[in-house]
Amino acid sequence: MDDDVLVTIETDVDLVRARAEARAVAERLGFSRMDGTLIATAVSELGRNIVVHVGAGEIVVRPARQDDRCGVIVIARDSGPGIQDVEAALRDGYATGNGLGLGLPGARRIMDEFEIESGNGSGTTVKAVKWRMRDELERLRDRR
Amino acid sequence: MAIPILKQGPWLIASIQSALSDSEILALRDDLADMVGRLRARGIVIDVGGVDVIDSFVARSLRTIAMTTRLRGAETVIVGIQPDVAVAMVQFQLDLEPLHTALDLEEGLEVLKSQTNGAPDHGR
Amino acid sequence: MDTDGQAVADVAAQAPEVDTTLLRDLVGHLREKRPDLRQEWASRITDAQLLRVMRPDEIFSEVTAVYDNYVDALETGSVEALQAYARDLSERIVRRGVETHEVLGIVLLLRDVLARALFVRHQGDPELLNRVLDVYEPAANRIAATVGVSFVEERERVIREQQAAIRELSTPVLQVRDRLLILPIIGVLDSQRARQLTEQLLHAIRENRAKVVVIDITGVATIDLTVANNLVQTVKACSLMGASAIITGLSSGIAQTLVDLGVDLSTMQTVGDLQGGLEEGERLLGYRVSEVVSPAADGAA
Repeated sequence: MDDDVLVTIETDVDLVRARAEARAVAERLGFSRMDGTLIATAVSELGRNIVVHVGAGEIVVRPARQDDRCGVIVIARDSGPGIQDVEAALRDGYATGNGLGLGLPGARRIMDEFEIESGNGSGTTVKAVKWRMRDELERLRDRR
Repeated sequence: MAIPILKQGPWLIASIQSALSDSEILALRDDLADMVGRLRARGIVIDVGGVDVIDSFVARSLRTIAMTTRLRGAETVIVGIQPDVAVAMVQFQLDLEPLHTALDLEEGLEVLKSQTNGAPDHGR
Repeated sequence: MDTDGQAVADVAAQAPEVDTTLLRDLVGHLREKRPDLRQEWASRITDAQLLRVMRPDEIFSEVTAVYDNYVDALETGSVEALQAYARDLSERIVRRGVETHEVLGIVLLLRDVLARALFVRHQGDPELLNRVLDVYEPAANRIAATVGVSFVEERERVIREQQAAIRELSTPVLQVRDRLLILPIIGVLDSQRARQLTEQLLHAIRENRAKVVVIDITGVATIDLTVANNLVQTVKACSLMGASAIITGLSSGIAQTLVDLGVDLSTMQTVGDLQGGLEEGERLLGYRVSEVVSPAADGAA
């Protein structure tokens, strides 16, 4: 139940599955429906970058449970050519040649943690996390 | 699986009931463009009540649909955006300008009627 | 609470080596004496004026169940069944106003009643009494701690639920006219509350098929950037759901804050006070009606 979920991303249909898996993990961790949709939307954006710009990659959705909080970790990986200018890509309004923005600024805005590693010939890895604080009562219940 | 499009008078109604893949929305765009021309539709209601996520691609596609069908004389209204989807869209800074949005099918048809100036009955 | 939890865990972990013959004998005796001891316990509860919110027959039935669970826990060394019972009991009595000291009180009284019964039984043999108490005491303490903690946790859960319900009630979305909602916001607006309000508002738009929403912030003293952004985002989200939002009660102080924070006030429809906002809302709704109904053209005017 607390394992990583890995979704191979090659076509747009894979994005549907990635969204659903991300939402399911969020739900299991007690996130609200609103937050589940936010996370699923971020997954959709990150996954689409892979489909459109690279053609193949994977998304890992990893549940994180800590004492005072729990989180959904999303890792989007590909072995493509990488993003030339990461800084620019993270700015709103960025668009590549075929008119598709990279959807990264939005994903960065809504997730609590966000890192990109790209270029250097080893593809692109985006890691983003959304956290939810656990209150005292929830923690106390765990200790029973 | 294609998204069904119904004709109601001069209006076309497309209802998306489940999670949407990119190719499905592109197919919808093509089908609507085709039907607007053939059937001389004056307005389109796209009901996204069943859509789980509206991301930048979906938003862009909906705008494209609206712009291309407008060139053929039809206005488009998007209805049924769910609360959590609306919140996500706003947080991702996705808007549907200049598309009209309304709560549901009934409201959407009202918007179309007022946009296309009154009664749909154009037999005069 | 943390240290208490740890203390309970420590006591619970000390499942001591138990002289099984002695234990079996002890448990057998307590079961045999059940009617008398239970009665004595019930009397002590009444004398100590505990559980006054409960009727005598209710006390009797709970006392019976607790007694049996208690003795079972002594016998098996496992507090799981007791915990389950304690949670169930707590859920029932918390809402009736039974307090923590009462629950601890009655459990400790039972411990005493049973201890005295053992004392009476073995008073002729001090050495045996000591061995029996060596078996009884740790188990009894563990039971008391378990019941106490279960009750406290349950009580906290109920309080949380009630708090959430109060929060919901204190920020109602009101339907004042057909298709017109008001969300009056009063008090401190932090980002968590702002998010909650947005959610409630959007759901209300869907439930009531609202076309206009008046968000009144007359009662809000100050807002920060996060909340200001949330307000702007809420207005946009309402629009995606086909509803226009009018902000009313924007004090000059808050207006200045918004400007300073770089919020574009021109994107928001604002009206000075709530009454004005309602009128504007009605106008927006009425406007559509008058468009369909043509003005009287029969020259009667």
